[in-house]
Amino acid sequence: MDDKKRNEAYNKYVKAKIPKTRPWPSLFYSFLVGGIICCLGQGINDLILLAFPNLAEQTAWGYTLIVLIFIASFLTGIGVYDKIGKFAGGGSIVPITGFSNSITSPALEFKHEGVIYGICVKMFTIAGPVIVVGIVSSIVVGLIYLFI
Amino acid sequence: MSKSQTIVFKNKPVIIGSYSIVGPKEGKGNFGPYFNYVMKDDRFGENSYEKAEKKMLESAIVGAIEDAKIKPKDVQLLLSGDLLNQIISSSYAARNFDVSFLGLFGACSTMAESLAVGASFIDSKHFQKVVCTTSSHFSTAERQFRFPLELGNQRPPASQWTVTGAGATVLSSTGKGPKITMATFGKVIDYGVNDVNDMGAAMAPSAMDTMLAHFKDTNTTPDDYDLIVTGDLGKLGSEILIDLMEYNGIKLGLNYNDCGQMYFTRNQNTLSGGSGCGCSATVFNSFIISKLRKGELKKVLFMPTGALMSTTAAQQGETIPGVCHAVVIESDVQNEIKKEKTLRINVKNKKTTKAFSSNITYSSEDLNKIKEENLNSNINLEDNVEKPNDKSGEEE
Amino acid sequence: MYYLWVFLIGGLICMLGQVLIIYTNITSARILVTFVLFGVILEAFGIFDPISAFARAGINVPIVGFGASLAKGAIGAVKAKGLVGAFTGGLEATAGGIAAAVLFAFIFALIFSSKTKK
Repeated sequence: MDDKKRNEAYNKYVKAKIPKTRPWPSLFYSFLVGGIICCLGQGINDLILLAFPNLAEQTAWGYTLIVLIFIASFLTGIGVYDKIGKFAGGGSIVPITGFSNSITSPALEFKHEGVIYGICVKMFTIAGPVIVVGIVSSIVVGLIYLFI
Repeated sequence: MSKSQTIVFKNKPVIIGSYSIVGPKEGKGNFGPYFNYVMKDDRFGENSYEKAEKKMLESAIVGAIEDAKIKPKDVQLLLSGDLLNQIISSSYAARNFDVSFLGLFGACSTMAESLAVGASFIDSKHFQKVVCTTSSHFSTAERQFRFPLELGNQRPPASQWTVTGAGATVLSSTGKGPKITMATFGKVIDYGVNDVNDMGAAMAPSAMDTMLAHFKDTNTTPDDYDLIVTGDLGKLGSEILIDLMEYNGIKLGLNYNDCGQMYFTRNQNTLSGGSGCGCSATVFNSFIISKLRKGELKKVLFMPTGALMSTTAAQQGETIPGVCHAVVIESDVQNEIKKEKTLRINVKNKKTTKAFSSNITYSSEDLNKIKEENLNSNINLEDNVEKPNDKSGEEE
Repeated sequence: MYYLWVFLIGGLICMLGQVLIIYTNITSARILVTFVLFGVILEAFGIFDPISAFARAGINVPIVGFGASLAKGAIGAVKAKGLVGAFTGGLEATAGGIAAAVLFAFIFALIFSSKTKK
């Protein structure tokens, strides 16, 4: 058996052997937590519109997201968000709160390397690609709309 | 190709001192009562986890020297390694000791590597007192190899938990204690596994290779050992190793176990078990050595495995090479004690495949029989025995 | 009653993320990237607004909404200012979110430090 065949056979064997998570509980939790976070967002949005009825819809959403980001960032700081994430999985990664968590957590983690080289440099280690891909794709879409 | 990988020591080095120090979570694990010191806090009074790991390693070295009842100035050589880049914990800890230092990197296999190298120096009579040590820390490994601690992500089921702990052993040319009789230096083996969350599968082939080489070189079989223990293959990896060995015609019985698999209790949520340098080092320097000193274990094959990967290589799509070194330690206690066996824990995943099919799978009836047999012979790892109907921990 | 829609759509999108985690083993950075791209595409084809009309926070709170506002900003600015809009629009529309995330991360990183998982 040459190496390549051996490796393929081994990887196939490992794949069959690897323990599978039962998908249903985690899918349910991610649905539940994701839904709750979205409802929380809606609640905040409604409250903002209630307090300032003449805000534009877009501006109200801006405030809502800022509040959500603040909450997630705070929960990350006091060490609660990773516990939510542990059982919610996608439920706490996909909402904007997950984005906030992915910026705050490396900032906290690399605090001891200093403010500049620690917090500021490492802040975007996880969320950086999100911003890069977002900006690039939005420019592409903008250019497409320019020519049609 | 029949060169020997094994050294049989003529002037058998004696283990005269050992010390283990672990984090709070590890202290609550299965080996809790055996450790010399359990930290109350992961930071160990330092402001960063790296500094804590360094301090842990220093304490282990000092502790082992005290345990050996020698003076620090008697030590001639310090052999140490850890998981961090440029093995900083080891070299920074070595600053504080007035002793020659050799840094080793064998990833999680470093404990056996340092023991084997140290034993070779003593056997060749170049040194008389050598300290072999290694450490790992969950939080430093996590930030170097995986994600920030506060990131809300889930750990995949095959992933393992890096043990926070350090262990140190003092080897001497004279004195009383368990003796290192043989050492097998492993080759780097890569079976093309590239899942960084599945270290067990990446390292199992190297364990197989070293084990086969060891049995061939020394003309022994698994039955010649009271305990064959791998380092941190975890639940998955040790099952794979058992299958691989069976594929090569050697059946690993109940005297085989894995430190990572045994390390944590079922409800500690460590998925596939413990890993890291500290995993094998702390088990070896607490549980195994104390059993050897009492003579409850006569002959142990200690063979931790290491995954020699870096995040850079992994991101570039490289597969994970593994290495495994083995040392044989024999007890100096002469009295005959009824042979004890350590139970193989996990029989849950019975799935076998055609590629590396195993002929024997344990049914739950067999397991009960095995358990009864072992209960009758006073096994001491009883709390590790997995109840077949224990479903907790399957979630996640 | 629209909270039900918010819950259902929001939960569904998050569950989709979980499906990706389970079956492809991808990391959270890739999930976020995937969903941002998904949002950009939805907006580019004009599908986002009709969904947003009844799903509200259900689709605006997931990072899909972030992608959509990037694209929406770029499209709007292109229409108003021409070529330069393609470059300024996306960031302008999402500047609030990014700035808030950076600010809070910075502040909390100065206050707190990370704790070992239990």
